[in-house]
Amino acid sequence: MKQYRKSILFVSGNNPKMLQDAPIFGSDGVVFDLEQAVAVEEKDSARLLVKEALRFLDYSGVDVIIRINALDSGYGEQDIELIARERPFAVMIPKASPEQITKIESKLAKIELEEGFPAESIKLIPVIETAYALQYVHKIITSSPRITGVFFNAEGLTADFGMQRTKKGEEIIYARSRIVVACRAEKLNAIDTPFLDSNDYEGLEKDCYRARNMGFTGKAAIDGRQIKIIHDIFD
Amino acid sequence: MKITKAAQAGASESSDILIMVMPNEEGGIKLELDSKGVILKQFGKQIEKVIREKIEEMGVQDIVVKAKDKGALDYTIRARVQAAIERAI
Repeated sequence: MKQYRKSILFVSGNNPKMLQDAPIFGSDGVVFDLEQAVAVEEKDSARLLVKEALRFLDYSGVDVIIRINALDSGYGEQDIELIARERPFAVMIPKASPEQITKIESKLAKIELEEGFPAESIKLIPVIETAYALQYVHKIITSSPRITGVFFNAEGLTADFGMQRTKKGEEIIYARSRIVVACRAEKLNAIDTPFLDSNDYEGLEKDCYRARNMGFTGKAAIDGRQIKIIHDIFD
Repeated sequence: MKITKAAQAGASESSDILIMVMPNEEGGIKLELDSKGVILKQFGKQIEKVIREKIEEMGVQDIVVKAKDKGALDYTIRARVQAAIERAI
């Protein structure tokens, strides 16, 4: 298993306070989100803020992961061009597909060469959040040696299916199982979807046990207060 | 580099700074900083320095910058100034 095994904490890439506070909660990884957490009209500003934060703030104790925009959104290429030069630990790829991963990989290879970074030093974390990605999850995770794990976004997947999300999560049992089997077979990290009610600690605990007992290596968090419970259960 | 229109970036929220830029018809760099009195007294010069350095780094000449600071660190100031200028080109 690689780093960020137990927890990743999502923060908005356009919020300076969150970017500054992100490392203090002790998560294995922090995800600076340029995609879902940033409005379309703020994409440029968030990208610059994350770039400056990576230069200025001390993230040495945590894996920094950047969730870029999908390449077909019109923002993804600019995200990679600006952020990869600051050498984050990994780039998180929304709506993952083998085709998108191949394109991103060649862009990263070019930047690594230009910047003098070791080849394949910037890792990839595909997001499984579409029916297509779920169907081809094994093909996706074996499409690049840079891939160190997968993030399962149940909100995205259930939206793609038109299903209603519940706290109990019966609607995502098949998806969780399929992702875990693929990741375990390839010895990659499998990070479960976040528990969205950040005030329901009992619910978070139950959800962590469910994910752990299915084989996930860790869980995403949307609030720093969730990290301790996640670490206690995924220890 | 010339800016052609008014634009802004950032926010008037804690740890952030709202940067508004517009062309300066009179020429040169004009800077107006708005922050809490105590912050202005302690960090006003540093904030101004960071803003001016970013403007010069980008090669912008005739510009009015209005900044409303809410305790932003240097990296935030640099990012917001750059975003505002790029939007104003």
